[in-house]
Amino acid sequence: MGIDHVKEILSSRPGKGRDKLIPILQEVQEAEGFLSKESVELIGNHLKLPASKIFGVATFYNQFRFHPLGRFHIQVCRGTACHVKGSAPILDSLIKELDIQPGKTTEDGLFSLEVVACIGACGLAPVIAVNGEFHARIESDQISDIIDSYRKKAV
Amino acid sequence: MKVTINNRILEADPGETVLSVAAGAGISIPTLCHMEGLPPTGACRMCVVEDMETGNLIPSCSQPAFDGMKIKTHSPKALTARRTIVELLLANHPDDCLYCIRNGCCTLQDYSEELGVRQRRYNGERSTYDLDVSSPSIVRDPDKCILCGKCVRVCEEIQGVSAIDFVGRGSDTRIGCAFEEGLNVSSCVNCGQCIMVCPTGALSEKDDTARVIAALRDPEVTVVVQHAPAVSVTVAEDFGIKQGTDIVDRMNGAMRRMGFDYIFPTSFGADLTVIEEASELVERINSGGPFPLFTSCSPGWIKFMEEFYPDLVDNVSSCKSPQQMLGAVIKRLWTGENGINPRKVFHVSIMPCTAKKFECDRPGMREGSVRDVDAVLTTREFIRMIKMFGIDLDLVTGEPADSPYGECSSAGRIFGASGGVMESAVRTAFYMLTGADLPTLEVRELRGLEGIKEVAVNIGELELKAAVVSGLGNARKLLDCILAGEKAYHFVEIMTCPGGCIAGGGQPFTADPQVIKSRMTALYSIDSAASVRTAHSNVSLKKLYDDHLGKPGSHAAREMLHTSYAGREVLK
Repeated sequence: MGIDHVKEILSSRPGKGRDKLIPILQEVQEAEGFLSKESVELIGNHLKLPASKIFGVATFYNQFRFHPLGRFHIQVCRGTACHVKGSAPILDSLIKELDIQPGKTTEDGLFSLEVVACIGACGLAPVIAVNGEFHARIESDQISDIIDSYRKKAV
Repeated sequence: MKVTINNRILEADPGETVLSVAAGAGISIPTLCHMEGLPPTGACRMCVVEDMETGNLIPSCSQPAFDGMKIKTHSPKALTARRTIVELLLANHPDDCLYCIRNGCCTLQDYSEELGVRQRRYNGERSTYDLDVSSPSIVRDPDKCILCGKCVRVCEEIQGVSAIDFVGRGSDTRIGCAFEEGLNVSSCVNCGQCIMVCPTGALSEKDDTARVIAALRDPEVTVVVQHAPAVSVTVAEDFGIKQGTDIVDRMNGAMRRMGFDYIFPTSFGADLTVIEEASELVERINSGGPFPLFTSCSPGWIKFMEEFYPDLVDNVSSCKSPQQMLGAVIKRLWTGENGINPRKVFHVSIMPCTAKKFECDRPGMREGSVRDVDAVLTTREFIRMIKMFGIDLDLVTGEPADSPYGECSSAGRIFGASGGVMESAVRTAFYMLTGADLPTLEVRELRGLEGIKEVAVNIGELELKAAVVSGLGNARKLLDCILAGEKAYHFVEIMTCPGGCIAGGGQPFTADPQVIKSRMTALYSIDSAASVRTAHSNVSLKKLYDDHLGKPGSHAAREMLHTSYAGREVLK
């Protein structure tokens, strides 16, 4: 992990040009967990692309993050079934409870929030997953308790 | 090729767009994203026209004309489509025209008026973003942005900087820097070309008029103003005076009526720059380099060099720009000579440039805590002040600037056009090396609006090779050639804005290349009519050296008139 790792990824994909950008971004995120400024600068130097362009492309897609994952990574399903069962207020409660927007990480580094299109557990809707652990058929007033239980784990 | 537009048969060249054919026939089709000289993006769809054969609406900016085509540019169908586009743009636009800096000079407002939009038909949620006021030069208000993309294109395709791009997707799309940081920590060079192409108030200069007015109101403060040569040939445009008219004397009169206590032309500083820079060139010629020597008048270029070409730091002239040279002379020498406390002097500089607001804050541009230049106003801000003070320029009589720095050569005035600095420096370097003036002072090869110009001047034994570049994208091309060893010069002038200061980011808005040309012609007519045409024949300047500075490049001159540069780490 780290900048050297990014350099390794880049050296395995020689040549400049924007057509190589997305596979590189995916590989770097896979390795680092997110796209840091340092990584973007290295990728830019490698492909001869300005940082603003890389950031522009990366923000076009939901899959790219610019903050390290929290210790507890929360995925909120906003697929059709979960939407019908009320996932929108659940997401709102999470945003309020954690005081971060989707794609961001709390300042203490404990929680990160991600919106996903479908988690593949429609029978459990509405559902959120915390580090892969599913919380099924939840309601928005349960969010505080769920978050608290992870806060306690962190102590 | 024959095309029928609005029932008139028009001749079209192969590959020419419908928009261009129509424009040639005096038919104006509105567009929000079209940029002359660049490939079309077809982003805004304002330019749709009706194909009378098929009844389809086609974007005229990207549709090549073909033989037998029948077009109506302002058919009811086209007009309705355009009105709807404007209404939809306004649905996500703040209704604050009265408070907007572009009130009265906004393309979106103009089209809304032309198309007769009289009510808000679409109501919905509007995007709200934070203002970016981090830059000393440019304010970004993304709420007013209509995402035409012209700022992104000018920054990338004309200036080669790419500080901004589209961020996000769909209705969340906005323009921003990498990682949505402030412009101040981005690679932005403060040139303001993005403001010049912005059709709305999403981009504007940082307004410093309030600070200047406060200084004018303070009876304890002496307000000294300098104004750049590219200002007096553009101010007229906003007052119904023929474009390309030089109104420097009337401007002096207007400034006195506004309450400025002393007026000195920046061209005096430019003459000073010519002397220092030419002697730097002569010194390098005598000691064998390093070459090329790059000019340093344009602060956008300086920041660009520090970010993208830091290895060239030693090649760039150490001379401060004319603004900062004159500022230093006023604050550090003139105040002493006149028994005025420099702390009680507020020095205003009127510039065609937004980057000058950044430059006056650079390290070395002050003595102790006293700044050499306290506020920089762009031409546009100055025009707003003239109007605010109720001054009718038609009725103002011409007045001379103040002494002792009121005298300037026309060499110091052609600085405003791309090639002017080089031409002036060549005149003086020739004199310094040979003891005589050039047989013809005009260096015609260096004049004109081309992006890259070259000349070889014979000075005694030496063939001086020089190049003039304007627009940082062009600069990039030339620098890469120089670094690859494909080109070699002694002296290179680089101006940030295409065409030089006459087309600077602080100038009155225009999309018409003829207007830029008229500004340039005005500067060169000043030169051909002038009696003092070389910096070294400026008598007041000679006195400044005799009384204070000694010789060009002396210790005193270096202390006051020179500066240094260093590589700059930004996310680029």
